[in-house]
Amino acid sequence: MPQGFFFNVLDVDKFATRDVYGKVLAELAESNRDIVVLTADMRLSNKTNDFAKVHPDRYFDFGIAEQNMIAAAAGMATCGKIPFVSTYAAFASLRCAEQIHTDIAYPNLNVRILSTHAGLSLGDGGPTHHAIEDIAIMRSMANMTVVVPADAKSCAKAIEESVSYQGPIYFRLGMGAEPLVYKGDFDYNIGKANIVREGSDLTVIACGICVMAAEKAARKLEKEDISVKVIDMHTIKPLDTETIIQAAKETGKIITAEVHNIIGGLGGAVAETLAEHGLGIKFKRLGIPDVYSAIGPPDDLYARYGIDSDGIYNASKKML
Amino acid sequence: MHRSIEELQEKAVEIRKKILEISAIAGGGHLGGSLSMVEILVALYYHAMRYNPKEPRWPQRDRFVLSKGHGILGLCPILADLGFYPEELWQDYGRLDSAFGMHPNMDKIPGIDMSTGSLGHGLSVGVGMALAGRLDQADWRVFVLLGDGELDEGSNWEAAMSASHFQLGNLVAIIDRNGLQVDGSTEEVMALEPLAEKWRAFGWRVIELDGHDLHQLVEALDSLPPANSTQPTCIIAKTVKGKGVSFMEGKGEWHYGGLDEEHTKQALEELERSHPGRR
Ligand SMILES: Cc1ncc(C[n+]2csc(CCOP(=O)(O)OP(=O)(O)O)c2C)c(N)n1
Repeated sequence: MPQGFFFNVLDVDKFATRDVYGKVLAELAESNRDIVVLTADMRLSNKTNDFAKVHPDRYFDFGIAEQNMIAAAAGMATCGKIPFVSTYAAFASLRCAEQIHTDIAYPNLNVRILSTHAGLSLGDGGPTHHAIEDIAIMRSMANMTVVVPADAKSCAKAIEESVSYQGPIYFRLGMGAEPLVYKGDFDYNIGKANIVREGSDLTVIACGICVMAAEKAARKLEKEDISVKVIDMHTIKPLDTETIIQAAKETGKIITAEVHNIIGGLGGAVAETLAEHGLGIKFKRLGIPDVYSAIGPPDDLYARYGIDSDGIYNASKKML
Repeated sequence: MHRSIEELQEKAVEIRKKILEISAIAGGGHLGGSLSMVEILVALYYHAMRYNPKEPRWPQRDRFVLSKGHGILGLCPILADLGFYPEELWQDYGRLDSAFGMHPNMDKIPGIDMSTGSLGHGLSVGVGMALAGRLDQADWRVFVLLGDGELDEGSNWEAAMSASHFQLGNLVAIIDRNGLQVDGSTEEVMALEPLAEKWRAFGWRVIELDGHDLHQLVEALDSLPPANSTQPTCIIAKTVKGKGVSFMEGKGEWHYGGLDEEHTKQALEELERSHPGRR
């Protein structure tokens, strides 16, 4: 970093999650010759440079040309490569929607899309850089798997599993500064929700950074003798409907929390499950209320839209 | 109001100082690419373009699209200086509900003709504006400022092809050719050269000039063909990323970031010394 900068493009965020995937990929690529990494003028900000340093021959920077990169990844996958492509979530999911749909999802190719800076994590970047529609877009594409890790450790596990997984995967990652939800060793499998905390009065189903917010809200509610079950629904598709149905039957109340438009994301997916199973329980979706978000520091934005721990706490109190 | 070249040079120094001041308020920003395009903006706004700060959406104004929206720090002080809004508007830069963030928002900032931030949209939007202007037989022009790294996006070349196909003599693309993008130099990351030949092959009239030389910029803008002519113009303005601040010039690391107090002070002092009157 140049002297005099207190932060710059090299470490603008504290990329715990990012550090992890760059390094995990570099390591996995030692034993798997088919892993290739593609980026679009983002090697520094998404830390895939860690991969580039050890496997320069399998690393491709496409410049600021996301659509070209995504379609090229599809081409490589048809030849047996396992491409991990990385750019900001807004560009991957919006600009490249058709390339992902037609070149990757339709032919069911093994491309892994590492979408970074999802949700509102680029706070003052504004709506051009916020990604709050991506879960809805990606989960409506047949064949696509959608994974939203809550922290660096689970992200690493999901990426490891993805190497042998069949079909395309959209990984929705944040800035990478997410606090750790998981301590020690734990099971983590694509398609199987994790119960972070057991509870009997109400269930919060969350993904991404909202898992930690839900956990914090649950701790606070516990002090008021309110027992909250917290589910990390890290895989939005294929959805672990069994865990949702069980929680609905056990607690009779469900709140969903995500940094996404309330339309079509995790909340939408859970609502569809509840309705189709005739589970007419108390239910509330927390997310961005179908507006283009204000700009501002991410924490202020989470508070604004009630998806931080206070917001989840308040919504829980209201439901009880 | 006609301004001399020396007055325009003064403006450029003032704007560079403001870029650093606003960046200090915002806690950081895209410094390198904002500093490289200052003379281009000065030549446009203080010399060539037609607008009315009292009526930002005046239908007869020239249009400006900052396709490299991350350069907003350079445009923000100019629009204030021209009276589109008071400086107070940026005092909460980047904070909750501020009008100003990393990229321009046309619904929040008077004088912004298009919201941008995702690269590779502006030229197509400019094509649409130019088509609309021609339908109305208007004499205003459309200016689109692009980054050179931005030209990696294929959408620009679709726009370039359509502009010459539709014979949009009222469209002017200006490329801030500072040679750097995020991951390195444009030629290392995704080679652009021969750039002028590419634009010519796409049917554009091409002018190559020094993007910090206000004489050259003013001359190029003064000699634009009339708006109802039939060939779009591309100005490739050779610039230096971080221009005006010695330790930032030509260095990619200063693309985006926050400058500490000491370095801000040093940069402001350097700029102060570079005033044409004081040199
Ligand atoms: C579609 C898109 N991809 C990526 C980015 C992230 N980004 C912001 S600035 C930048 C580099 C731009 O380089 P250039 O156009 O040369 O601008 P300059 O060097 O003048 O700042 C990138 C990749 C973006 N804003 N939009």
